[in-house]
Amino acid sequence: MVQINKDACKGCGICIAMCPVKILVFSDELNSRGVHFPKITQEEKCTKCENCMIYCPDFAVVVKKDEK
Amino acid sequence: MKNTVGHPLKKYFRGEINYTTCSGCGNGIISQSILRAIDEIAIIFDQIAFVSGIGCSGWIPSPSFNTDVLHVTHGRSIAFATGLKLAAPQMKVIVCAGDGDTGAIGGNHFIHAARRNIDLTVVCVNNGIFGMTGGQVAPTTPYNSVTTTTPYGSIERPFDLSNLAIAAGATFVARWTTYHARSLKNSIKKAIEHKGFSFIEVISQCPVQYGKVIGMRNDPVSMLMHYKECAVNINKAKNMSADELKDKIIVGELVEKKNIPELTDEIKRLRREASRK
Ligand SMILES: Cc1ncc(C[n+]2csc(CCOP(=O)(O)OP(=O)(O)O)c2C)c(N)n1
Ligand code: SF4
Ligand code: SF4
Ligand code: SF4
Ligand SMILES: [Mg+2]
Repeated sequence: MVQINKDACKGCGICIAMCPVKILVFSDELNSRGVHFPKITQEEKCTKCENCMIYCPDFAVVVKKDEK
Repeated sequence: MKNTVGHPLKKYFRGEINYTTCSGCGNGIISQSILRAIDEIAIIFDQIAFVSGIGCSGWIPSPSFNTDVLHVTHGRSIAFATGLKLAAPQMKVIVCAGDGDTGAIGGNHFIHAARRNIDLTVVCVNNGIFGMTGGQVAPTTPYNSVTTTTPYGSIERPFDLSNLAIAAGATFVARWTTYHARSLKNSIKKAIEHKGFSFIEVISQCPVQYGKVIGMRNDPVSMLMHYKECAVNINKAKNMSADELKDKIIVGELVEKKNIPELTDEIKRLRREASRK
């Protein structure tokens, strides 16, 4: 399961760029910082590679390997 | 900002994880690499002390990490770390320093700590610029770069910090970029476990100040992709000409020397010998 802490996100886009299966996109919504945060589409395609978590400079993404 | 999602590295923070870095700054990626290295070694966090100087990179451990953290004056992080290690040799000491911190004002501390082979792990965030103070030229900024203080282009050639560390006697030296976050984590693990002076240079994006210099302002993604394209592993670089290596970033573990006497061990030996006389 990929969880995004939307209010911790600064909208840099790194997680989106680093996702090998390109299932992260910017949401249309703004967070409390006033930036577009990512959302996951087609989560069933997620390989749980953890790139989005490892490369997020603001610790805003968590990948839980054992949960669906 | 409350981090509502339970991050696996949250246990290493004093409170909420809340970096004040600019959007897309490499510092957070390096912070994660350091903490994941520590997590994988499974060392008790209290046995590690962090030392950092003034500069954006100084805020990686300070005040966030929930262990001893000394945030000291600009350029003096290695000097303070040396004192700390001599007074408490049982501690693992990790320095988070900037390229200005290491290569400019702190240059002498850096080369002499390497020469002494004191058991420190220095993680140097090389963003090629004085980030925090507004994008002034650093001793790592490439030749002919336009920065705040070099409006007509810089006329000095940069230091290669890793080569400087090697020449000065460092016994473990690795260079990676933030694009290589996993390899970086693996080298930090080795560096922490290495007995002696370990230097890890991380080429890291400062999209705000250095981004301007290379036409990638506020574009951390392009900077990461640029690192991916420019990086050449040391094993491959060995067989390439200087021309072929122009504008490339050589990454990998560059030096690992074992059995070179370490400073705190030398002091213990000296004490033993002197007390017998
Ligand atoms: C003794 C001293 N000289 C100068 C400064 C001003 N100063 C603060 S940070 C800095 C440079 C920061 O560059 P770097 O070490 O590369 O860190 P970065 O912000 O890029 O991470 C300078 C010159 C200072 N704080 N103290
Ligand atoms: S874990 Fe990997 S595949 Fe899944 S969303 Fe994150 S980056 Fe994409
Ligand atoms: S990497 Fe982190 S801060 Fe950047 S867009 Fe993704 S969630 Fe937001
Ligand atoms: S100025 Fe550069 S190094 Fe400093 S926080 Fe911003 S992006 Fe990071
Ligand atoms: Mg710098």
